[in-house]
Amino acid sequence: MPHFERLYNFACWLAHDREEAEDLVQETYAKALKGFSSFQPGTNFRAWIYKILRNTFLTSRTGLKANATVPLDLEGEDEGLPVIRETPESFLLQRSDGQLVQQALEQLPVAYREILLLCELEEMSYQEISATLVIPMGTVMSRLSRARKALRSGLQQQFAKGRNKMVNHGL
Amino acid sequence: MVCESWKAKLDTYLDGEVPEQEMRTFDAHVRTCPSCSADALARVQLKRTIQVAGKRFTPSAEFRRRVQQRIAAKPRRSFNLGWMFAAAAILVVGTLTSVYLGTRSGRDQVFSEIADLHVATLASSSPVDVVSTDRHTVKPWFQGKIPFAFNLPELQNSEFSLLGGRMTYLEQTPGAHLIYDVRKHHISVFVFQERSLPAERNEDSLSKKQLAFNLETWSQGGLRYFVIGDASTADIENLAKLFKAAS
Repeated sequence: MPHFERLYNFACWLAHDREEAEDLVQETYAKALKGFSSFQPGTNFRAWIYKILRNTFLTSRTGLKANATVPLDLEGEDEGLPVIRETPESFLLQRSDGQLVQQALEQLPVAYREILLLCELEEMSYQEISATLVIPMGTVMSRLSRARKALRSGLQQQFAKGRNKMVNHGL
Repeated sequence: MVCESWKAKLDTYLDGEVPEQEMRTFDAHVRTCPSCSADALARVQLKRTIQVAGKRFTPSAEFRRRVQQRIAAKPRRSFNLGWMFAAAAILVVGTLTSVYLGTRSGRDQVFSEIADLHVATLASSSPVDVVSTDRHTVKPWFQGKIPFAFNLPELQNSEFSLLGGRMTYLEQTPGAHLIYDVRKHHISVFVFQERSLPAERNEDSLSKKQLAFNLETWSQGGLRYFVIGDASTADIENLAKLFKAAS
């Protein structure tokens, strides 16, 4: 089963629930086999199967709920996101440990989380991401940029929280 | 302030998505600008942290078995019709997958999994993540991505050429997947850590004809190698020999 581990990991990140992720993966393979005739040889198999997984998620209860709570202005201006000034502290932030990054990723809207994971973890090209998410290349770039800003902002907030705790404990 | 326009494109540059000409100009700028190089370094570190942090969930063996059983239980009629639409490579996948319908040993399952990985990769429009014929480019690309190092053979005076490589997984174990070309046949070489694979699959060395593919596998220096492709047995053996000599 090609991409099995990676699809499962991606499904867990989308659904935030292992049982639901298992259902998603199982359904993805069933749909892939059933609809294999729709796959065009020579096109991207990975993008095709990830697209099935994502569509399956979007029509699931969790997916519909997540989609309903995502702000509609994902591709709009950067209102609401603090401006990130690169400072020595922010450099330190970006080197932060995996757990902090995991927490920050979890708190991102699904649309930001999925595009970051496809780009950074799956190392998909912008073209592959465009095919997987069915969005134009320009949108891939703008959404990715906003997702990164949101992640850095989330990391900065967590970093500030941690620092305040240390101050409060007199450390 | 001078660097604002560079910084705006820094992420696209680090994703390798700016045009080649611009990439060279970018390279030159980042090398000479302390502010941009520090920023680029920080962003690369964040990318790497996401890569590590993102690999968080692993499916259980029981779940894998369940999905395999469910796939195997699909009615053959519609299943085979689906594959009939695809080209020759896809037909091979169909044939391979139908093997799941029968009882197979764990070893054969691994061979089929290897064949699946080989075919699925070649069916992809971007079969390799690092595109290079230079082993000195491909080998370092795996650093930090897989938990072991391996040697690539010198191909001068041989018929083989290296097309590139990508990361792969077998039984939840990360490994290297390299693709070679010989007279228009593509051959995959997979390298995994021996101890990470189940013991029942660890024959010292084996050559095998698996459906339409020739496959050779052996263990050397704690690593398990698989060489698979639709090239002749002699080609598979020759490539395997080059790897054995290089390791």
